[in-house]
Amino acid sequence: MIQIHGLNFTYPGGTFQLQIPSFRVQQGEKLAVIGPSGSGKTTLLNLVSGIVTAEPGEINVAETTVSALSDAERRDFRIRNIGFVFQDFELLDYLNVLDNILHPYRISRALRQDSGVRERAALLAAQMGIGDKLKRRTDALSQGEKQRVAICRALLPGPRLLLADEATGNLDPRNKGRILDLLFEAVDAHGATLLAVTHDHELLPRFDRVVDFAGFQQTAAA
Amino acid sequence: MIDSIYIAWRYVSYNWVRSLTLVACVTLIAVLPLSLELLLDESERQLLSRAETTPLVVGAKGSSLDLVMNSLYFGETLPELISMADAEGVTESGLAQSLPLYVRFKARGAPVVGATLDYFDFRGLHIAQGRNLALLGECVLGARAAEKLGLKSGDHLLSSPESLFDLAGVYPLKMQVVGILEPAHSADDLAVFVDLKTAWVIQGLVHGHTDLTSVTDPTLVMDRSQGNVTATAKLPQYAQITPENIDSFHFHGDPADYPITAVIALPYDDKFSAILRGRFVAGEQPLQIQVPGEVIEGLLANIFRIKSVLDAVILVVGLSTVLALVLVFALSLRLRQREIQTIFKLGCSRLAIARFLGAEIAIILAASALLTLLLLGVVEHYDEQLVRTLFIR
Repeated sequence: MIQIHGLNFTYPGGTFQLQIPSFRVQQGEKLAVIGPSGSGKTTLLNLVSGIVTAEPGEINVAETTVSALSDAERRDFRIRNIGFVFQDFELLDYLNVLDNILHPYRISRALRQDSGVRERAALLAAQMGIGDKLKRRTDALSQGEKQRVAICRALLPGPRLLLADEATGNLDPRNKGRILDLLFEAVDAHGATLLAVTHDHELLPRFDRVVDFAGFQQTAAA
Repeated sequence: MIDSIYIAWRYVSYNWVRSLTLVACVTLIAVLPLSLELLLDESERQLLSRAETTPLVVGAKGSSLDLVMNSLYFGETLPELISMADAEGVTESGLAQSLPLYVRFKARGAPVVGATLDYFDFRGLHIAQGRNLALLGECVLGARAAEKLGLKSGDHLLSSPESLFDLAGVYPLKMQVVGILEPAHSADDLAVFVDLKTAWVIQGLVHGHTDLTSVTDPTLVMDRSQGNVTATAKLPQYAQITPENIDSFHFHGDPADYPITAVIALPYDDKFSAILRGRFVAGEQPLQIQVPGEVIEGLLANIFRIKSVLDAVILVVGLSTVLALVLVFALSLRLRQREIQTIFKLGCSRLAIARFLGAEIAIILAASALLTLLLLGVVEHYDEQLVRTLFIR
């Protein structure tokens, strides 16, 4: 699903440098990326999703060379193929649950909203156990419920890759396990791949594979 | 576009306090100059239309504006008084018909206009309810005055004293309302019309009281000599004119010396008008003759000069408000930086983000425009009344 070769990335004007000679994630794999702060975990997600580009280096995601796409093409590719789950959920307080889930369809012309999409959103919410809260404002939800909404939003366009950036970081231990279960179930049900950045070492055994980014970077640098 | 409007609408309605404040600011900027424009147009219409249909006004020398405003719009500033003899002088010149006016008193806030019946013909005023003036002590109300005072034909109306502290002054006169005029959409609508003699009764120059020759109370009589009886101030005067006491009302002194505020002169033709005006210009008499149209045009020129200053002030206020709005939007953008960052990460283009913000501004502007139209509609509906209250007093 993801292949990176000979990547060398530096933020403009910055001293941070990320070098990845080779990195692969298989289709359907659930991969956890760990490492100390500032080791480039979030940068990896930004590179994979095409938010930032690296020169030199080649990034392939779902048989598409992301690094070769134009800015507009990368955006369209991202919204169609990649789902994001953020640490702080990043839900919009002025929209209700359903509108938050449907939000990707309203912010890009690459996705077309129809009655089928709205039905699918409601079904997804029901599967996540928030089907009765579609008309609620997000500030009336618990942390766990908020993350479920965020997962629904990420899954609705049917992405092939799910990027989770500290998705369980703000949850209590009980919710962490439940949300991870839901995430894994959703990934399996949708045949997607999961690349998750996490600091929760107790959750690592549940992933298919764990990459210590500090070590990886060290290796890469070497 | 529908999605942009939907998202913007959700944001605007969620942050309704901020949105309402913005709408109020924008509406104020728009409404102020536009309603001022409307009101000035209406005041120009009202002032000019009435002035242009009043050929000449004769009054005491002094402020021409006060004279015209009092005679045409029953303004509150009282010009120097002239006498009935001056009105007769205009008639006797053979150059014009004269319409004497005595606009001095008030009744429950409405101007009491002492005039002759010719005034009604001149202004084309028609009775909508009741009848026209016939007897002393009667009054006819303009349409709006009747509505404002809540009076109809058959009711009574008390004149107001000129000053609360005028303890030795005359008692208010209880006038009978005998008719209501059709709306004329002019100053006449707000007036209380009385006969000149009734106006003099209000002033106390014409009065009625018990026959002094039959008075037996010695404290009511100051002097009896050579068939004349002089009453003391204790003698009660009638405060209402009724069929029973109307015959006791009488003048003291020569009616030609009785006061009026102005004479509307209606020249028989342009030549006579010029001659009449010439006489007043050349004469040494303490009178002035004015063409109301010219006086009002002078006033309007001043108003529009003031308006241009107001426009400049509004422009500056408007600019500073626009700057404040820009600041509000800029701060709002900063507050929404995380949201913008998130949707950008999800795959939203910068153009789409600009579209959302544009839609938000469009909603604010549309709401403001709607509110502006509504308020302007209200101003337009009440402009006649507002002009009377704000400008023509």
